[in-house]
Amino acid sequence: MSKGVLVDVTRCIGCRSCQVSCKSWNDLPAKLGTFSNNWDSPGKTSADTWTNVNYYVIEDGDNLKWRFVKRQCMHCNEPACESACFTHSFVKTKEGAVIYKPTELNKDYCVGCRYCMIACPFGIPGFQWDKAFPYVQKCRFCYDRMKEEGLEPACVTSCPTGALKFGDRKELLAEAWDRINKNPRYVKGVYGEKEYGGTSWLYISDVPFDKIGFRTEAFGKPVTQRSIPSLTWDVLKWTPYLFFGWGAILTIMRAYTKRHAEVHDESELYEPVDNK
Amino acid sequence: MQKGRNWTFRMTGFRKLLILLVVIAVCAALYRFVFGLGSVTNLSDEWPWGLWIGFDLLCGIALAGGGFSTALIVHVLHKDKYLPIARAALLTSLIGYIISMVSLFLDIGRWFNFWRPFFYWGFHSVLFEVFWCISLYTTVQVLEFGEIFFEKIKCPGLEKVLHAMLPFLLILGIVLPSLHQSSLGSLYIVAVDRLYPLWWSQIIPFFFVWSAFFLGPAMVTVEGTLAARAYGREPETPVFSSLTKVTLVMLIIYLIVKIADLVYRGVLSMAFNGSFESNMFLIEMIVFIILPIIMYATPSIRNKQGGVLTASILVVAGVVFNRMNVVFTGMADAMGGSYFPSIWEWLCTLGMWSFLVLAYCFVVENFPILPKEEHVHSGGHSHGAGFHA
Repeated sequence: MSKGVLVDVTRCIGCRSCQVSCKSWNDLPAKLGTFSNNWDSPGKTSADTWTNVNYYVIEDGDNLKWRFVKRQCMHCNEPACESACFTHSFVKTKEGAVIYKPTELNKDYCVGCRYCMIACPFGIPGFQWDKAFPYVQKCRFCYDRMKEEGLEPACVTSCPTGALKFGDRKELLAEAWDRINKNPRYVKGVYGEKEYGGTSWLYISDVPFDKIGFRTEAFGKPVTQRSIPSLTWDVLKWTPYLFFGWGAILTIMRAYTKRHAEVHDESELYEPVDNK
Repeated sequence: MQKGRNWTFRMTGFRKLLILLVVIAVCAALYRFVFGLGSVTNLSDEWPWGLWIGFDLLCGIALAGGGFSTALIVHVLHKDKYLPIARAALLTSLIGYIISMVSLFLDIGRWFNFWRPFFYWGFHSVLFEVFWCISLYTTVQVLEFGEIFFEKIKCPGLEKVLHAMLPFLLILGIVLPSLHQSSLGSLYIVAVDRLYPLWWSQIIPFFFVWSAFFLGPAMVTVEGTLAARAYGREPETPVFSSLTKVTLVMLIIYLIVKIADLVYRGVLSMAFNGSFESNMFLIEMIVFIILPIIMYATPSIRNKQGGVLTASILVVAGVVFNRMNVVFTGMADAMGGSYFPSIWEWLCTLGMWSFLVLAYCFVVENFPILPKEEHVHSGGHSHGAGFHA
């Protein structure tokens, strides 16, 4: 039943309706942009901007290709942020949304340590740096719309070209491959199918993903396909064994060497320094 | 021993300067609590962790590694010749942990929620383990220190309870830091594909706990020499020289495992690709691992006060360098943006470390921490008889 969104980069015209509808539905404050040498505005996601369209001009021989990529939380199948949080402030709902409980469910456990921001492979969570009691904020897949009214996310509703399609993740994945196989111009791959254990948001494109800001390689190797929580758990699962095992070894060693050790009256060995 | 004497704390110009730095840091911290992190730090969405986490917490905890490695050597293996340094190591460790906890408290955005992780079992998070272990270990250290405390402040009832708990605390006081020193490394497993592969590894927890452990004797050497100079005492050079054997063997093992890990993951060639990261890595390995190995292995260097001190400073600096590489160098490429700590971040850090020095001075001047000097005779016990029995 896990939901997802299929983003077809070939159909996006870069109108930024999704950005506007996201701000208005979620009541996010607007910020004055700054001039830059591209059309990205504000350029990246943050605590107040949960989605942002990035612009790319790709040279293909004599042709210039314009491509626009909407970014937001990818809503991982097994989210790194959820596993990183030591207060359960993030949760992956059965609907597929990864939500932040302090603001979404009014369960304020978050201590603001920002480990989720270190953990997220897509660099998505934003922090309210200017607040005295800041929250971590990111796209919540319009969980309120999805849950209470059965509506699709605001950005999908506002998309005029059908670049965004909301639905069951499994069906969307099948449709993605169907589109790829029927039309040779698509790159043979769905971004989000396997990356970091798969994500609820899926992307297909006619230009290579690494040309439009997706990380396909890290340090010369394809990005990890295992989920990040499983990597951590591989190490963390040893904790109880280490605790009791190491404790037992130390106790035995101590008992063994103690037989040969002399008894000291520690109070006779030390004294305060006389700093005169 | 002059039991029950009054508290003393002699003021000097340097100490007044340190107090001033602490006061400035406290003011900056109060400002930060009222106006938020953005108003005092240069942290951003790209660089959520900066100086306070990278240096004060990660390095502070690592530098406090002297506490658990000395406890293991002295109280578990019963190597009595190292007793003179045991209490000083415990003290530095305790103050180091308190400072780390303070800097963590300063750094978290919703600080009034700091106690929440105790009640919400996010056991799948590395941070959960770090948080529990550090909190418990700080408590354990306070209790361990209680024994020393009660030598001055008499309270037989509590003393008895504490004494009965001591063996248990001792073991706990080694197991807990072993776990969280390694977990501080495990924190960066999530940064797969982002932390440069020369540092990212599934066995990064091993590198962290191992380096925190071998740093211990080196840190004890450095602080012991500093304290000796400050108080006009004779540094325990024979003890320090003897301790280098531990560090030497551990450094060699560290180097071998490091290279084996790089070869196993097929990234050894990245150490020589000429990038900024590779150069920093080579400096870390050559200057701070291989050079101390050579120095410690040479008797004419390790048996001299200057030699053992220089090599130990390299080891200590090397661990700091390693942590900085993990937090900053190795992440810079993937995080994008730029970060340099603001003046207020520096001042808070400076204030915290000034506090460490002040607290150390106050405690050693008022509690029996450092060994009795040889020329002081009390109750027929001399330094020699006490320690080289």
